[in-house]
Amino acid sequence: MRLMNWVREGQIWGSVFRHGVPRDRRTRAMAILSNVFLHLHPVAIRKSGIRLSFTWCMGGLTFFLFLVEVVTGVLLMFYYRPTVEYAYFDIEGFRAHVTLGLQRELHRWGAHAMIITIWLHMLRVFLTGSYKPPREFNWSVGVILLVLTLLLSFTGYLLPWDQLAMWAITVGSNMARATPFVGYEGPGAAFIQIGGVPLVHAGSDARFGLLAGTFVGPATLLRFYVLHCVFLPVVVTVLLAVHFWRVRKDGGISGPL
Amino acid sequence: MDALLAADSAMDSVKHFVNVLCEPHWFLIISVVALIVFLLGYRWFTKPVVAGAIAALGTLAFIVSCQDPNFVKIVQKADNVPIVIMIVVVSYVLWLAFRQAAINDKRLEEGKPLLEAGADDKVLVWPDLVYIELIALVICTAALIVWAIMLPAPLEQPADPNVAPNPAKAPWYFLGLQEMLVYFDPWLAGVVFPGLIIVGLIAIPYIDKNPRGNGYYTFKERPFAISTFLFGFVILWVVLIVFGTFLRGPNWNFFGPFEFWDHNRPAALLNREPRDMFWIEFLQRPIPGNYILRELPGILLLGGYFLGGPIILLVFFRRMYRQMGFLRYSVMSFLLLTMLLMPIKMVLRWTLNLHYIVGITEWFLNV
Ligand code: HEM
Repeated sequence: MRLMNWVREGQIWGSVFRHGVPRDRRTRAMAILSNVFLHLHPVAIRKSGIRLSFTWCMGGLTFFLFLVEVVTGVLLMFYYRPTVEYAYFDIEGFRAHVTLGLQRELHRWGAHAMIITIWLHMLRVFLTGSYKPPREFNWSVGVILLVLTLLLSFTGYLLPWDQLAMWAITVGSNMARATPFVGYEGPGAAFIQIGGVPLVHAGSDARFGLLAGTFVGPATLLRFYVLHCVFLPVVVTVLLAVHFWRVRKDGGISGPL
Repeated sequence: MDALLAADSAMDSVKHFVNVLCEPHWFLIISVVALIVFLLGYRWFTKPVVAGAIAALGTLAFIVSCQDPNFVKIVQKADNVPIVIMIVVVSYVLWLAFRQAAINDKRLEEGKPLLEAGADDKVLVWPDLVYIELIALVICTAALIVWAIMLPAPLEQPADPNVAPNPAKAPWYFLGLQEMLVYFDPWLAGVVFPGLIIVGLIAIPYIDKNPRGNGYYTFKERPFAISTFLFGFVILWVVLIVFGTFLRGPNWNFFGPFEFWDHNRPAALLNREPRDMFWIEFLQRPIPGNYILRELPGILLLGGYFLGGPIILLVFFRRMYRQMGFLRYSVMSFLLLTMLLMPIKMVLRWTLNLHYIVGITEWFLNV
């Protein structure tokens, strides 16, 4: 106890946490205001908003699972090479060769869990009517986040490069072939032509753009890897900032007026 | 010995009965009816005693089912475990939400304050919220680590473009879309409908003009919005995922939960088109060569559905129309009718073995 007090009154602690021990209203407010991470929160919050039975904590858990995915994803990237020769065997080796090699399990089950929690978050936002004005726009941001989360899962599904991965992506991406106008088996594609030469064919349609080829191959693996590890996470992070910012700007967690 | 045998065969007939109940049409009808009954009687069903009894019965049924090898095989597949978790959690939160809605609705009737009332009652985030977050985080981490230790992530044979697995399934959260592929061509099931789902979700807050029920649980104040959303969420999302995961086997054939996945069963055939029914069976004339004329019956059907539907619905939605105005109402009824097209086509497929409503195969334009 003495030691704790000594540490808390010393210069090092004081330079990191500029407020005193959060024991009264003022210092507790300061604890939130002066911390960049905790500052996501307001200082005070509606009583009903912190009841677990109201939010089910699902937004928070979704965010937490996203962080888990980032950390375990980095741990996976240390050992994984996105090429057809190595990908499968790098994945295969995790449990056997990597100390505390749980990151693959954590990453996979975390992703599944995140999909469940994000759907439940949406369900609770709907059932409490929290999308109603003034929160319409944040609901829309949320829907985009939902789509991006599904895309993150979808691109990640290919990376182990096993039968499950390859054929799930084949089934999924085959549909792009049928996109109206820009898929070569889609309605209307036949009209897009110059002087009888079709512009939309198997080597130029939407599916080709998605897979970087006419089938799921090495170029697809690289493309999905880049989307999965760089592009989509960055976009999600930016949108999360918007989402959290708007939760506060729209008046905090919703409650009866 | 005899008693044992008798019990065994009784068990078999129960299993057979469940297998039959799980056939697509029964499965869908039962789920829809269950949802409607639940919504009608939500005040009764969410009483802790009733809900507890239902949960106990469900658990019992699950435990008994686990005695069956075919059932265990499909439930224990590592990638299917999240779905079992999802079913449990979705049931639980639905109970939680409707329990609070029931209490709130009663309080509204009696003029008492809501559960969530007291907008000015503020508490400090430190310590009240921060500690809840910390505890949730610790529990979640622990649960995830236990899950990761117990269940190794699956890895099958290395990818081989020449050997297609049967069935080839999309990731579980897309199985609803894959199920749609059975009833619609890829351009609809894979592209247009998913696009409309996204657009429709984004549109919800701009369509729903009902100012009540903002920020608290209720059912009575917004029955239409909640029923529609739950139809999409529970039936078209959860039920179709359960369907695609547990009941679809080789050749995308249907298999009951206690049935063996037989790879030799041939894929289902479908061949009836409205054009045949109209030109050959009804008018007893050859099918015309011009494809517009040929598909006219189907085109009229669809056109009537999307143009006449909103007008007929006005009978029920008169008040809503006044609240929403023309544009909002048109968008809402279009999205609603599109959503209903899915179960309608399913039913047409099962009853009439219908292939396409409009089938202009020349342009890949099939509905
Ligand atoms: C990566 C995904 C997401 C994360 C991390 C996230 C996180 C959060 C958090 C932490 C909150 C605070 C309240 C709560 O926990 O319920 C919140 C509120 C909200 N979220 Fe999300 N969310 C995500 C996706 C979505 C989706 C898919 C939707 C809807 C389609 C959505 C709509 C909203 C709305 C409207 C609010 C305000 C609710 C209120 O004020 O009561 N979010 N979100």
